[in-house]
Amino acid sequence: MKLLTFRGGIHPDDKKEQTSGVPIVELKPDEFMVFPMSQHIGAPCAPCVEVGDYVKMYQKIGEAQGFVSANIFSSVSGTVTAIEPRAVASGQKVLSVVIQNDFKDEKEDVKPLPADASIADIALAAGAVGMGGATFPTHVKLSPPKDKPVDTVIINGSECEPYLTSDHRVLLERGEEVAGGLDLVLKKLGVKRGFIAIENNKADAAENMRKICEKYPDIEVVNLKTKYPQGSEKQLINAVTGREVPSGGLPADVGVIVLNVDSATVLYNAAKYGTPLTSRIVTVAGSAIKEPKNFRARLGMSAQSLIDAAGGFVCKPGKVIFGGPMMGMAVSDTDLPIIKGTGSILCLSEEEATLPESMACIRCGRCVSACPIHLLPLNFCNYAEVRDWDSCKKYNILDCIECGSCSYVCPSKRHIVQSIRLAKQALREQKK
Amino acid sequence: MEDLLFVSSSPHIRHKDTTSKIMFNVIAALIPAVIAGVYFFGFRTLLLEVYSMLAAALFEALYCFFAKKKLTVWDGSAMLTGLLLALCSPPTLPLWAITVGDLFAVIVVKQFFGGLGHNFVNPALAARAFMLAAWPVFMTTWSDPKVDAISSATPLAGGAVTTLDAFLGNVPGCVGEVSALAILIGGIYLLARKIIKPYIPLAYILTVFVFFSIAGKDGLQQILLGGVFLAAFFMATDYVTIPVTAKGQIIMGIGCGLLTSIIRLGNGYPEGVTYAVLLMNAATPLIDKFTVPKKYGEVKHA
Repeated sequence: MKLLTFRGGIHPDDKKEQTSGVPIVELKPDEFMVFPMSQHIGAPCAPCVEVGDYVKMYQKIGEAQGFVSANIFSSVSGTVTAIEPRAVASGQKVLSVVIQNDFKDEKEDVKPLPADASIADIALAAGAVGMGGATFPTHVKLSPPKDKPVDTVIINGSECEPYLTSDHRVLLERGEEVAGGLDLVLKKLGVKRGFIAIENNKADAAENMRKICEKYPDIEVVNLKTKYPQGSEKQLINAVTGREVPSGGLPADVGVIVLNVDSATVLYNAAKYGTPLTSRIVTVAGSAIKEPKNFRARLGMSAQSLIDAAGGFVCKPGKVIFGGPMMGMAVSDTDLPIIKGTGSILCLSEEEATLPESMACIRCGRCVSACPIHLLPLNFCNYAEVRDWDSCKKYNILDCIECGSCSYVCPSKRHIVQSIRLAKQALREQKK
Repeated sequence: MEDLLFVSSSPHIRHKDTTSKIMFNVIAALIPAVIAGVYFFGFRTLLLEVYSMLAAALFEALYCFFAKKKLTVWDGSAMLTGLLLALCSPPTLPLWAITVGDLFAVIVVKQFFGGLGHNFVNPALAARAFMLAAWPVFMTTWSDPKVDAISSATPLAGGAVTTLDAFLGNVPGCVGEVSALAILIGGIYLLARKIIKPYIPLAYILTVFVFFSIAGKDGLQQILLGGVFLAAFFMATDYVTIPVTAKGQIIMGIGCGLLTSIIRLGNGYPEGVTYAVLLMNAATPLIDKFTVPKKYGEVKHA
């Protein structure tokens, strides 16, 4: 079989064997559930409940503000005990609704939207966002401008970050919903070409999806070469269609929409039952975890509860990461809420977490070969050292997707991505 | 608050290769050339090599000490420079001469410009050029492995050798340059370990071959003699002083090949390789500037 891929990238040890064979475990929610009002890229939601209110499961508690924003729903029934800023994974404090769970799961009476509702309306009503981690509101993706006709929809099953297996498990256990979700999107948008793209280290998932998709003639399952960052939208589009999203542009500019595996199941369930997004699959893994596995966790739960459910720590954790090891966010505390974009809780041992000391750049060019955007990362690092932001800009630093491939391969262990972030921040401030 | 976990900017994992691992791999890849040197010229060459490595490391350590810099001896780069300098010196070179060469390479060419990663020319080759200017007689006195005597002419200057001898290294020449075979073994090791890319060695060697073939000379002998292989696989691939992109590296290789050929063709001067690589080192920033790769999704401006 031909394996599709892109130019650049790296081959980290995928470490997926820890959890890829373990079925998803449903988790009981916590007593206190925390719902930050910003779980997506775009404007934060405004709380639409008040302290003391009784809320039902699936009830809207955060109202989307503006077009690029996504509604937030309660994942439990109970009483609102606080609306106050709470810490989230990024280290910031975000206005959050705190609900005391009554463990009755009294559900709001949800109904699917009428049959003629647009797919964007379904996504908006469900509070769907890109669940691969970028959390871009799905209804925005699904309302392409009129002058940019979409001819291809791709389900992103590459899951290229090491350790993560949540998409893998969904493709194996809930493949029907994924295929159904894609079929729904294709039909609603009148698009005739759908792909489910899966990295080759998940051959069993591809096999399963191929069987399921026999009844959907417009959907093709394609195998991708196992390479990081295959799951990056631009690299995925390039691998599957051969097209390049123009610099500064969006997938719609080349007629493509990319959806995450879990997002497809959200759309499917929203269309069929009217249920909004209130839970997600989270991989809890890493060498510091006793029993690594995948959980179906209600949004708003504390990461600590997931770690406990996975048997807790076997050793002192050196680092806890929300997300994968390449692009995830290291957190200073584990009592943080699971939000729509939390695909994994990764707990590394102290040994793994210790970063080697960095040395001088020897211009070996490994970062150049690894960069999936075909930039010269070494320049950014060297220019950032002397605060030459303008030269960074000249070498297209703003196109960098911060995938981390350059830092990963650097034999001198230079903090390339960190320098790039610093330079981008400086350039943003310059603009003001 | 003391229970807070350690945080850092992503990515949180790194590849296991390190700069010093790369340096010691290159040193390992030179072992066949070292063995060939001992075979053809005797054990004095081994003494010269080990001495040169130690001298280079010592100068690096002394500089770090007096400049109050972190000790960088263990990154292996100084030892590699010392080894390369010994390999491109004649087997009879006095130890004091190579000591001065190591000092020049490590202190003047590398450390004065900021240390590892900041030198703009290859330290070993720059030191060789310096020694060549300082002691031209020492640096061009070759012993002939076949007659166990000292002859003053290099095969490039007109001595008659068979192509097989040139390939194996059974010719007068520098310690580690004579055996193209031994260097090829090391070069293939570096290619297989993905430490070097094939662009420069291929472009360099092919250019010299094609140039002399067109000029009506024995192109095969020209690439096998006079250090082309050592330079192509080990000198012109020294990361610090070469372009970073594939396109730039091909330009570098062709440039080295052309300069080597032109210098040789003009006057039979044996040092084409040294100056060719040094000149292309100096041209590297310019090459880098003109070979910036096209970024993903670059929009053509009409």
